[in-house]
Amino acid sequence: MSSSTLKPTVVVVGNGMVGHKFCEKLMARSSTFKIVIFGEEPRPAYDRVHLSEYFNGKTAADLSLSMAGWFGDQDIELHLGDPVQEIDRVHKTVRSLKGLVQPYDFLVLATGSSAFVPDIPGIEKEGVFVYRTIEDLELIRGYAPHAASGAVMGGGLLGLEAAKALLDLGLPDPHVIEFASRLMPRQIDSAGSHLLESRLKKLGLQIHLNKTTLAIEGEGRIEALQFADESRLKVDMLVVSAGIRPRDELARLAGLQVGTRGGILVNERLQTSDKDIYAIGECALAGGMIYGLVAPGYEMADIVAANLAEGSKSFKGFDMSTKLKLIGVDVASFGDPFIAEPDCRTIVFEDRYHGIYKRINISGDGKYLLGGILIGDASAYNLLLQTVNNRMSLPADPGDLILGYRSGAPEGAGAMDLPDEALVCSCESVSKGDICKAVTEQAADTIDGMKKCTKAGTGCGGCIPLVKDLITGTLKASGRYIKNVLCEHFDHSRQELYDLVRINEVRTYDEVLGRYGKGDGCEICKPAVASILAACWNDVILKQATIQDSNDRYLANIQKGGTYSVVPRIPGGEITPDKLIVLGKVAKKYRLYTKITGGQRIDLFGAHVGDLPDIWEELIAAGFESGHAYGKALRTVKSCVGSTWCRFGLHDSVSFAIEVEERYRGIRAPHKIKGGVSGCVRECAEAQSKDFGIIATEKGWNLFVCGNGGARPQHAQLLATDIDKETCLRYLDRLLIFYIRTADPLTRTATWLNKMEGGMSYLKNVIINDSLGMNAQWEREMQALVDSYHCEWKEVVESPELRRGFTHFVNAPRKKDPHIAFEQMRDQVRAKEW
Amino acid sequence: MVTKTTDMSTATNTPIKDLRWFNACRVEDIPADGGACIRHGDEQIAIFNFSRRGEWYATQNLCPHKRQMALSRGMIGSAGEQCEPKVACPFHKKTFSLLTGECLGGEPYHIRTYPVRIRNGKVYIGIEK
Repeated sequence: MSSSTLKPTVVVVGNGMVGHKFCEKLMARSSTFKIVIFGEEPRPAYDRVHLSEYFNGKTAADLSLSMAGWFGDQDIELHLGDPVQEIDRVHKTVRSLKGLVQPYDFLVLATGSSAFVPDIPGIEKEGVFVYRTIEDLELIRGYAPHAASGAVMGGGLLGLEAAKALLDLGLPDPHVIEFASRLMPRQIDSAGSHLLESRLKKLGLQIHLNKTTLAIEGEGRIEALQFADESRLKVDMLVVSAGIRPRDELARLAGLQVGTRGGILVNERLQTSDKDIYAIGECALAGGMIYGLVAPGYEMADIVAANLAEGSKSFKGFDMSTKLKLIGVDVASFGDPFIAEPDCRTIVFEDRYHGIYKRINISGDGKYLLGGILIGDASAYNLLLQTVNNRMSLPADPGDLILGYRSGAPEGAGAMDLPDEALVCSCESVSKGDICKAVTEQAADTIDGMKKCTKAGTGCGGCIPLVKDLITGTLKASGRYIKNVLCEHFDHSRQELYDLVRINEVRTYDEVLGRYGKGDGCEICKPAVASILAACWNDVILKQATIQDSNDRYLANIQKGGTYSVVPRIPGGEITPDKLIVLGKVAKKYRLYTKITGGQRIDLFGAHVGDLPDIWEELIAAGFESGHAYGKALRTVKSCVGSTWCRFGLHDSVSFAIEVEERYRGIRAPHKIKGGVSGCVRECAEAQSKDFGIIATEKGWNLFVCGNGGARPQHAQLLATDIDKETCLRYLDRLLIFYIRTADPLTRTATWLNKMEGGMSYLKNVIINDSLGMNAQWEREMQALVDSYHCEWKEVVESPELRRGFTHFVNAPRKKDPHIAFEQMRDQVRAKEW
Repeated sequence: MVTKTTDMSTATNTPIKDLRWFNACRVEDIPADGGACIRHGDEQIAIFNFSRRGEWYATQNLCPHKRQMALSRGMIGSAGEQCEPKVACPFHKKTFSLLTGECLGGEPYHIRTYPVRIRNGKVYIGIEK
């Protein structure tokens, strides 16, 4: 590069997270600098925040902050494993370990920190480690198999991370030794620590507080810790994580001013006592503080980049609010977590059953939030932090902030109320304004798009829910999201179309499209309208085969390779030995793979499309019927064995499950529906994870609704208690029709309820108190569906015309698809990998 | 069933005179506004009867995404203001233009299309000589 000799040279000492961020920021702001980096570690910058994931299967490459080749592409000179040894401020050069002498115009010290190792006798023994770099982790990993027990010195943030690493390495019940009287003393209070302690104990950690370690004992290698209270703990290895110490030795050597307790002194522009030398990150002492978190380090990187590139930006301190997941437990603290009465008013919520602690500190006049602590559930963190930082006014009942909006306001309300300058992603310092602008000006309307545009959410990821709310909110505000339409062919929502179809008695897709739509339809509106037509009229769906989703078109589930699976209904999961034998015979005859499903049925996989009618003919002859496993319809009602056999059972859950399944079988809905009936509170049918769950009580049945498993599991909520069977069915009739009428396509009952204004109390009012006055009509509509039930497969088996549709080649009906291939596995077939 | 005698030449670079036409199936073998698969030697061809528009299309049956013989079982429809005819693969809903064979999701997949001709209730597909 001939031009680079003309460019002013910025030398960066240290290639950690902050040093790396500085290069990114400077490159983004200006191309007039040549950058030369010296790093001590043998690898380029990596994500130290998620270091413990290294024991969780992540590799050094996964943790790397830059793509291979990034430095070369950016015209940055990178010297790894070659720390700077000396700064010559007079000639403005640095000299590296390998003897390189590099001139600089500006020097940025990002030397970070080292682990603070207390001066305890025996600290040099074998088996004592620090927890700082990937090399440290490799040493720990190498030693752990030789150790039967381990301890971590330090119960702060990093110490608990290190304890997790020991757990991941398979050390049983590692000890955490903390000098202070509580865990994470910088972030949380005693009550919070207490709760965190009990959760961590459950996960296998042994916590020792108020422990001063006097000596590390052992012959050459660690064998035990000796404490000031004269107690002793036998351990084979120790990880020291007692804090950090700024790496300021290079600065001291160069005669730069340092703090009395370490750290390179910097002014607001982050200049050291030499105006051409800057210091950022954990090595810098700014405003009397060492900032040991990555977010303020990134902020410093941005400020120095800005000051070098064009202008004047100053560092005014940084909010030390933090949220993290420690060994699976959410811990967050924000604003001033410790301020206490009488300087504020405090609201505390403690739930020892679920292990949740929340504290918020409110100004004496009740107007503002000052800070707080969240443990076990930090979902409100982003909103609370924004409320503090932007001095947003509090709701009438500030307790709502941590207890949820008891009036049922949807989660995420309020995101759009934030001021534009509100910092949403603190890792990448992206504001609410930046995010909204990216939505409107760069069409970044997905999380991935937003990450590309703004980098928001690419750091710790904690802000992603808030980013999502902002994207949705901005789209709504710009009018792009307001109308909920089915797809490009219909300017109506599913609910509107449902009403139009029912009121005007429209019976075919072509008629619906002709009257209410445009174009020729698509794979979104065709199955949605098919579902509406089925829910309204319950006609044979194969009369309009080509508007059905692929599974409905062949009344079977298409599987890898192009074969189908067959699932006959087994109501309540009860089946006779004779029927089991039939399933076995059919499976053998057609060479099908058999597996018990999650819904207490038997799934037969690997059927050729041309064999489906023959298979079903045999199954129907043996008394089976379609299980609708292919449809967005009622699937199964799972049951436990109940009072007929179980010594705990209160009522006959199997009989009730069969009754309910047979009542609603085949009914099509916006999404699949599953139910469960349990004979007692032990809940062996897992009914609370279903769209409806019925659980026996001494006096009758409890009805839970709108739960589901799947990607985002949600427990069903209690709708009614101690009701009899008839009432239960009546409530279910109403609930299901209400859902079928009003839910968007492919929306499960749980999401439907989540989106419902007023939530559960509204739903109760509709179903139980008939607040809409619709219940009588809905019950009639449900009864019409129940009465018009027919087995779809029976229709096909008995109709030569419908049977003709089940073939792979229409010009060679008997020939099977030669493309289909199987492999053997555990004495059965499986689909060949694609 | 009444069928017109029509030529349905879908987009292809091959001049009509260089094509050989073979009888693939009968008109009634392909469901209205849907598709079905025929075999021609070792080839599998998906034929679509876009009856709503009075148009016929044919493409390869193989969806290039996961190499599944499935396109004939896909739903057809239209995309955009120009009402570009398309088919959606039943496996993962990748959509392809029935005119050009381009993947409408912008992914670098392409399917082969064939011209279709209807004569006396029979469906003919044109392939290069």
